Amino acid sequence: MSEIVLQIDGQEVTVQEGATILEAAQSLGIEIPTLCHHHKLEPYGGCRVCSVEVESRGRASVVAACLYPAEDGLVVTTKTEKLSRIRKSLVEMMMAHAPDSEPLLALAKEYGADKDRFKRNQSFCIHCGLCVRYCSEVKKKHALGFIDRGAKKRICFIPEIASKECWKCKECFPLCPTSALQASFVLTKSLTFGGEGEE
Amino acid sequence: MPKINSSAELEALRKDVLSSRDPLKPCIAVCTGSGCLALGAANLVTALREEIAEQGVESRIDIRETGCPGFCERGPLIVVYPDETCYLKVQPSDAKEVVQSVLEKTVIDRLLYVDPATGERLVHEMDIPFYKNQQRLLIGNNIKLDPTSIEDYLAVGGYAALEKVACRMKPEEVVALVKESGLRGRGGGGFPSGSKWEFTRNSPDPVKYVIVNADEGDPGAFMDRALLEGSPHAVLEGLIIGAYAIGAHHGYLYVRQEYPLAVENITLAIKKAEEYGFIGKNILGSGFDFEVEVAQGAGAFVCGEETALIRSLEGKAGEPKPRPPFPAVRGLWDKPTNINNVETWANIPLIINNGAAAFASIGTAGSKGTKIFSLVGKVKNTGLVEVPMGITLRDIVYKIGGGIPGDKKFKAVQTGGPAGGCMPESLLDMEVDFDQLTKAGSMMGSGGMIVLDEETCMVDFARFFLAFLADESCGKCVPCREGIQQMLTIVTDITQGKGREGDLDLLAQLTEVSGASLCALGKGAPNPVLSTMKHFRDEYEAHIAGRCPSFSCKELIAFYIDPDKCQACTSCARKCPATAIEGGKNQIHVVDQAKCTKCGSCLEACPPRFGAVKRISGEPLPPPLPKDARTVARGSK
Ligand SMILES: Cc1cc2nc3c(=O)[nH]c(=O)nc-3n(C[C@H](O)[C@H](O)[C@H](O)COP(=O)(O)O)c2cc1C
Ligand code: SF4
Ligand code: FES
Ligand code: FES
Repeated sequence: MSEIVLQIDGQEVTVQEGATILEAAQSLGIEIPTLCHHHKLEPYGGCRVCSVEVESRGRASVVAACLYPAEDGLVVTTKTEKLSRIRKSLVEMMMAHAPDSEPLLALAKEYGADKDRFKRNQSFCIHCGLCVRYCSEVKKKHALGFIDRGAKKRICFIPEIASKECWKCKECFPLCPTSALQASFVLTKSLTFGGEGEE
Repeated sequence: MPKINSSAELEALRKDVLSSRDPLKPCIAVCTGSGCLALGAANLVTALREEIAEQGVESRIDIRETGCPGFCERGPLIVVYPDETCYLKVQPSDAKEVVQSVLEKTVIDRLLYVDPATGERLVHEMDIPFYKNQQRLLIGNNIKLDPTSIEDYLAVGGYAALEKVACRMKPEEVVALVKESGLRGRGGGGFPSGSKWEFTRNSPDPVKYVIVNADEGDPGAFMDRALLEGSPHAVLEGLIIGAYAIGAHHGYLYVRQEYPLAVENITLAIKKAEEYGFIGKNILGSGFDFEVEVAQGAGAFVCGEETALIRSLEGKAGEPKPRPPFPAVRGLWDKPTNINNVETWANIPLIINNGAAAFASIGTAGSKGTKIFSLVGKVKNTGLVEVPMGITLRDIVYKIGGGIPGDKKFKAVQTGGPAGGCMPESLLDMEVDFDQLTKAGSMMGSGGMIVLDEETCMVDFARFFLAFLADESCGKCVPCREGIQQMLTIVTDITQGKGREGDLDLLAQLTEVSGASLCALGKGAPNPVLSTMKHFRDEYEAHIAGRCPSFSCKELIAFYIDPDKCQACTSCARKCPATAIEGGKNQIHVVDQAKCTKCGSCLEACPPRFGAVKRISGEPLPPPLPKDARTVARGSK
């Protein structure tokens, strides 16, 4: 493994090849907001609140710090007006789904986001994928997944697996930033599992 | 057919094929591309065959079923060889006359193209302005080939490029040649193909893959379909050459689900190429091995994005992956993978045969060769057009497209697919070039080109693409899934007269967020909005003020019958599907606005000499005439 030297907010940092920008920033004590990232899970890149600006070979772009691999000579900026505007809008879009989510409220405070900027959407889910990924990557049960695409994309418990596995696990519930996953599970349970697996 | 094992055997075979053919023997080439098939080309072929059989002249006339030469709008289309007489809109009932004329060496005037400018009847393909102003290096062969016949491809020099490469060039030399040609990817991004090949070639893993991206998802586009259906061997030959250059031994063609004929033709082409030894072990005795498989697309637009396509090939959900790592480093099954568009691959044999310099002599400084566009919308001649890079948009719209039908005015031309942009009249003299189009807020894209006239509402047009993208977003990342949805809501509100002061600023802010998306779908999504806001901002502002300048947004227009012009002919009342028109004999007609669905039937029904039906937008509607004042005052009769 070779070492990589990059620059974050004007400070030079050396990391091992394969490290992400987020990890490199953390090693410097620079904070980058995250939401869909979890240390036990593969980086995902869904929420994009970790967006940072990078300049590589003369080209500037906005990338997700939780995913983007550190490159030699990369120049990273984690705080700019543009990034604040982007993060603010992202938070506002997610708050249209989950206005009471604690992590979102905290981010809203930091970036001055208005939870009512966009019309309230009835689905609570912000598609961070934490529950889906935890179940497949850590528990290896695949009891829930995403279905459909675009605005219709949603999470869904797979009844055949969920009825056997979920009631005794429920480890994904506290991961959900909107604390509404549990409600969804209860609903699925009452609709599809019947009395089976009741505590 | 025994396998071809060397250059010499290939040339011997080609000689055989050519000597068994009499170039002077009449041949009726019938386009059986998807467009002409939809217009009844299959029946035409049957009728021609029956007629030939009936007259007992099978030995004197050949029939060739070919791929699409591009002028689908005038199909079914045939070209009679050796004179290359081109007939358009040919019906099965014309079969007898066609066969007769071939035997008698005469020309059927009524089936020829009539030049609208001069009224002259044009006999040959190359005389027709639609073709004359093109440079058809790729699709020009279509009418000369039966795509199911590898011999036809050999007869036009097929697989000579593969022979040259596999038997006489080092892989590095091939890569260098493609770099030198300046070829850039035709699938959308315009990345230099030679450099991409080099990255993949230089990735250390010995197992590598090559992929043909034939997912062609842009609405209305069919360039790749025409190539795969009409000239599958050219795409295949390009792919084999690329595999050799890159060092891949396995390739995939990922073909859009809705293209069954393309799948059929390419599958057959692969089988034939295997029989002849152009695919398989020790190709042409060079020691190079290569296999190809065809995979059918998963049916989502985003699966055309290279990383989503790769995931889909791996049997996973077609969701884009973050780049880096790029496919050239870690692609299919985590192996270095080179993915190119169909048209990109089809250019390769050309570059090898004619040389990099010949290819680079066509086009502009940064964009070389030709580009195929699917020209649709409000132009007289629609169809597939292949033009040299550097041609102006004006030449495409007016010289090839024949201008705008009716006496309507040109408004804009849209390129680049759903995430492309619109260019107004003032940019018509711009050259078709990757960088110019991007600079103008659009992009080359894969070759969609939609011409819009004065009746198209630009706000509604932007809404259409946003709606498409909102449905087709994979839904993984917030800026794309939520951002497009929010832009769509605002733009939809504007088209429905619910726009508010400040909406345009809000839209502009949302377009910034898109830049944080994971893949190019989300990043490109604001383009339809940005380019129309830039060039047609007045239309947005008009809508917010309650007026649709193109009279197309239903919520903002009303149909109104001018009482001074109405002659009580009752045409409109009879056509109105909502029975919203009051009136009878000798009664001035009045639209009941509450019932009107704004379908526009009355406008079409009203005889032009009266011209009494009007569309009104942004102005108060005159009150309806009182019932007792509606009798038509006729002149003394
Ligand atoms: C949403 C999306 C859809 C795409 N669809 C296609 C497609 O249908 N066909 C294609 O060739 N490229 C498509 N692309 C571009 C590919 O990602 C990729 O750039 C291309 O296949 C590379 O080939 P080229 O270098 O020959 O252009 C798409 C890209 C995006 C972001
Ligand atoms: S930008 Fe859109 S299509 Fe691309 S990964 Fe994000 S949600 Fe999916
Ligand atoms: S934390 Fe990086 S995308 Fe969500
Ligand atoms: S399909 Fe026949 S001309 Fe296009």
